[in-house]
Amino acid sequence: MNIYHQMLRIRLVEERIAEAYKFGKMRCPTHLSIGQEAIPSVLSTILSKQDCAVSTHRCHAHYLAKGGNLDKMIAELYGKESGCSAGRGGSMHLIDRHVGFMGSSAIVANSIPLGTGIGLAMKLGKREDISVVYLGEGATEEGAFYESLNFAALKNLSVLYICENNMYSVYSPLSVRQASSRSNCVIAKGLGLKVAKSIDSDCVLSIYSEMKKVVERMRLGSGPAYLEFKTYRWREHCGPNFDNHIGYREENEFLEWQRRDPLRKVRLKLEGHYRDFLAYEIELVEEINKEINIAFEFADKSPFPRKEDIQQNIFGAGSLGSFT
Amino acid sequence: MSKHSYAQSIRLAIADSMRNDESVICYGLGVTDPKGVFGTTLNLHKEFGDERVFDMPTSENAMTGIGVGASIMGYKVLMTHQRLDFFLLGLDQLVNSAAKIRYMYGGEINCPITIRLIIGRGWGQGPTHSQNLQAWFAHIPGLKVVMPTFPSDAYNLLRASIQDPDPVIFLEHRWLHNTKDIEPDLSQSISIGSSRCCKNGVDYTLITTSYLTLEGLKAARYLEFKYNLSVEVIDLVSIKPIDYQAIKASAEKTRRICVADTGFSICSIASEIISFIVSDSAVKLKSNPIKLTMPDCPEPTSYGLTKGFYIRAGDIAMAILDSMNIDYNDVFTDIPEPVPHDIPGDWFDGPF
Repeated sequence: MNIYHQMLRIRLVEERIAEAYKFGKMRCPTHLSIGQEAIPSVLSTILSKQDCAVSTHRCHAHYLAKGGNLDKMIAELYGKESGCSAGRGGSMHLIDRHVGFMGSSAIVANSIPLGTGIGLAMKLGKREDISVVYLGEGATEEGAFYESLNFAALKNLSVLYICENNMYSVYSPLSVRQASSRSNCVIAKGLGLKVAKSIDSDCVLSIYSEMKKVVERMRLGSGPAYLEFKTYRWREHCGPNFDNHIGYREENEFLEWQRRDPLRKVRLKLEGHYRDFLAYEIELVEEINKEINIAFEFADKSPFPRKEDIQQNIFGAGSLGSFT
Repeated sequence: MSKHSYAQSIRLAIADSMRNDESVICYGLGVTDPKGVFGTTLNLHKEFGDERVFDMPTSENAMTGIGVGASIMGYKVLMTHQRLDFFLLGLDQLVNSAAKIRYMYGGEINCPITIRLIIGRGWGQGPTHSQNLQAWFAHIPGLKVVMPTFPSDAYNLLRASIQDPDPVIFLEHRWLHNTKDIEPDLSQSISIGSSRCCKNGVDYTLITTSYLTLEGLKAARYLEFKYNLSVEVIDLVSIKPIDYQAIKASAEKTRRICVADTGFSICSIASEIISFIVSDSAVKLKSNPIKLTMPDCPEPTSYGLTKGFYIRAGDIAMAILDSMNIDYNDVFTDIPEPVPHDIPGDWFDGPF
């Protein structure tokens, strides 16, 4: 039920962003998570606030699932001072350190070493908490991926690498980027990770049981793990629209994935299990929409950062002091 | 402090930092090996343990990002590279992560990482073991860059860099590592952002960087002794932020400037300083500003080609005399380039 709530909330937020984008108030590149809600939603029920996560340019679902503040997220998209990054980062650079969401990068694979370094910090601090690194399959092509996994294995860090393979890197299909005989799980194992699995993403509950096992073992010091999931980005790479007709992928493929919508599947399951589910869902949708309305209102009414403050936070205050 | 060599001062700074602050960690290729990066990290792992001082995989890109990740969680990270040139693989993490983190997250997190980069030069190091790319680093908003010349400055600035809440690039010239006891009066310690006036003067302002400060002082003493010229030597020390105030004050006084920069010519720090002086209407120069740098050419390896390639005291003296229309014919016999020219000189007493 919690997983469903999370998925639904993310779906409704993202769809609202898609709908409102045309008003021109969110003036930054926005990469929506519609269709990819399941994995972070499942993980959100397993992680605590003390666990950390880093993400990619497509970070909204990861941020929200980790518990990131919705008002501040929308305000950030609006470029307002009240945004989670004070309007300086935009959609691609969300942060909410109070819930352990430690940032997201606009450079593919740039956050993989960061999350690995957070894992190092967990080890140095002798913490049982883990560091989650969300990445797309495109990032597994970057050198930073190999280097980071190698180090994580070497130092036995509690880093959980979650690869969401949505098969496209902007418009480039997997077939022009990775040999068909390639396996990222084999690569991860080859680099020394003891746990590297490809998990069937169709059933949310089986994702849950797999992830829970991995995380629990990780807290006890079993070392880094790599989990790969197949998923699908419903809308265009960047922006609110659908683009299944421009030629890089087929409408049929999209429809097939839409039919397998994890959100719909979970809903059907819950309908079957709970008699009052439909009524509950109506309430839930209303509650979430209210929350979303408040967030958009907040963002709209918030002021932009002041021009005079443009040089703020390049360096910390008083940080040019001497040592002696 | 002055009884220690530059390299020993670096090691002391790291050890003292680590002793005083448990959050400091130190890693790099060869940091724990028997040579200890020219002695600068020797046996630190024995005192502080393997978790805080460690060698690393040959993964400059990820290891920089890993340092950034640890630093945003509160660790003060010191990363060392035996050559600046090796670090170039880590530029994405330096420029797109470290330098931007505080800014693009509205100050929510910061990145207290210090990266020591050693500038090679000499003994045929060649094009990819000798580069001085301080201009690249200075160009990026969000980075601080220092290049201390003297052992005491190296000690104080490395400690300040490690404690600094923002990323600092710490450039060490290999030809300074074994220097000792040659600093001017260093009773006044400096901070990041300050230059150091090594020698007061009224006739000329000579601005120097890193190793060229030593060549500059040699030239200045020669010019005073033989030509009665009073040359003010300012060691820039802080490449970013540049101490514009001190430079301007000196230029206003002497009205003649020469900048000796260890980097390549185009878009160099020397270019930046000269542009700054010339753009300021309050400074009325008496002669054209002089830019002394490496040419726009990769550093060669052959002994035959490195002869006369680098700026030496003689080149500085000649350039200054020439700009004042004073005959400089004796300069290269009085202060010739040392032979052999590919080692640091009289004070050099160790292997490369």
